[in-house]
Amino acid sequence: MNLSKIEKQIFCTVAGDFKIPDGAYNFRVNGKSVGRSSSDNIDVISKTDVSGLDIFIKPNTKNEAVHIPVAISKTGLKEAVYNDFHIGDNADVTIVAGCGIYNCGELDSIHDGIHRFYVGKNSKIKYIEKHFGFGAGAGGKILNPVTEVFLEEGAVAELYMEQIKGVDSTKRQTRAKLKKDAKLFVNERLFTHGRQTAISEYKIDLAGENSTTDINSRSIAQDISRQTFRSKIIGRKKCRGHSACDAIIMDGASVLALPALDAKCVDAELIHEAAIGKIAGEELTKLMTLGLTYAEAESKIINGFLK
Amino acid sequence: MLELRNISYVVDGLKILDDVSLKIETGNFLAITGPNGSGKSTLAQIIMGIKKPTSGQILLNGEDITELSITDRAKKGIAFAFQQPVKFKGLTVFDLLEIASGAKLKKSSAAELLEKVGLNPEYLERELSSALSGGELKRIEIATVLTRNADLMIFDEPEAGIDLWSFEKLVDILSGLSNTAIVISHQEKLLQAANEIILLKKGKIAERGKAKDILRKLEGGKNES
Repeated sequence: MNLSKIEKQIFCTVAGDFKIPDGAYNFRVNGKSVGRSSSDNIDVISKTDVSGLDIFIKPNTKNEAVHIPVAISKTGLKEAVYNDFHIGDNADVTIVAGCGIYNCGELDSIHDGIHRFYVGKNSKIKYIEKHFGFGAGAGGKILNPVTEVFLEEGAVAELYMEQIKGVDSTKRQTRAKLKKDAKLFVNERLFTHGRQTAISEYKIDLAGENSTTDINSRSIAQDISRQTFRSKIIGRKKCRGHSACDAIIMDGASVLALPALDAKCVDAELIHEAAIGKIAGEELTKLMTLGLTYAEAESKIINGFLK
Repeated sequence: MLELRNISYVVDGLKILDDVSLKIETGNFLAITGPNGSGKSTLAQIIMGIKKPTSGQILLNGEDITELSITDRAKKGIAFAFQQPVKFKGLTVFDLLEIASGAKLKKSSAAELLEKVGLNPEYLERELSSALSGGELKRIEIATVLTRNADLMIFDEPEAGIDLWSFEKLVDILSGLSNTAIVISHQEKLLQAANEIILLKKGKIAERGKAKDILRKLEGGKNES
């Protein structure tokens, strides 16, 4: 795979380490696949109608992973990518995705990644997504991920979605529909700074009996950045739903949290918690008594909060 | 050696500390006691730099540290255990102990520190949040100060919120310290463990002396009333 230093850096950040993974993968750079592999149990196939992939995971596939990171290093590149995951019954797989944009030009670079997961009966997926941007150009680094999860009976999805530094604008949409005994866990971490804006929206439909969701969103808004968190959990049967939005607000930033719970059944148990506040003075003081400077203490608290 | 010279702390015209002067020799275990509102915690916080005195001077080993920040005082060898332990979302017990150690900390060393305060190694990965009880947080707070192994350790009511078994362990830990220690306390057992006791009343030092002498006086006072 012929990659520039910047592109390797992006893949390192998204996947934690740059190496060609074992098993199935697709590396996308500036709108094109630069490396692809399928495995015995996971087929990675290009879509023919739109840009993107169909990824087929055979039933009973266990302890396998598929990596589909994206790098954009060309200013002005705008793309919408549709990746559909078709996961057979009784599988247990990890999916590593994410996108980094390097923009040192004047034009906006935009990646709209639409991921749809069709998770078969009693299957389990772990989805890890990391988004970030860097580069000193005036052009925007814009990421708009859409994540749709359809969970069959007894299926489980764990989503770990993180936006670290450098994304100027994002609209994140996460939607899910859960059948009987299905479970969805979401851990979202969001960091905005400068003039950045972030919108994160959730619509979770607990359609099946004994379906469960737990959404945990933590964010930091620094400088004059703006964040909006909207969540809606719909309980149609006996089910349990919990969402927590926890934000640290700093400087001249603003954070708006708009939670909604929609119970359509007397046995639906739905809870929402939202907390927005600055870094507590006693947290800073405690870390300073341990020898950290104010700035080091603030950094530890922020990094810990987003961990 | 720590020396306080004419320390006063005034809030809205109210004298919380009124011209307090004292010296604490290296290696001494000093307990400060007194009624609620007598200025004990304020005095401890002034030594750590959490509060700034309205007037007076603080010297550590002869160096004037009155204007130094909390961080600088910590780096000069002062450690402080808060009366109310602080919670952190996202930081684990291990994270806090590692910060306290000021270096890379081995899990096994962290586990030993926790064991000293009666907690098992499983706590290392726990978040410092409301999921921990007040007593557990308090023991972790004490462990962070022990981790620093500072020249001067200040404990502000270390007994508050911990159970009897942990309290006995705490007395053993504090009694066994070779570092200079200041303990703010109301607990007789802790006061007995000290070399010296200062009795603060209305922001002034009312008594100072050997622990047994002060305790005898305090006991006498109780009997008289």
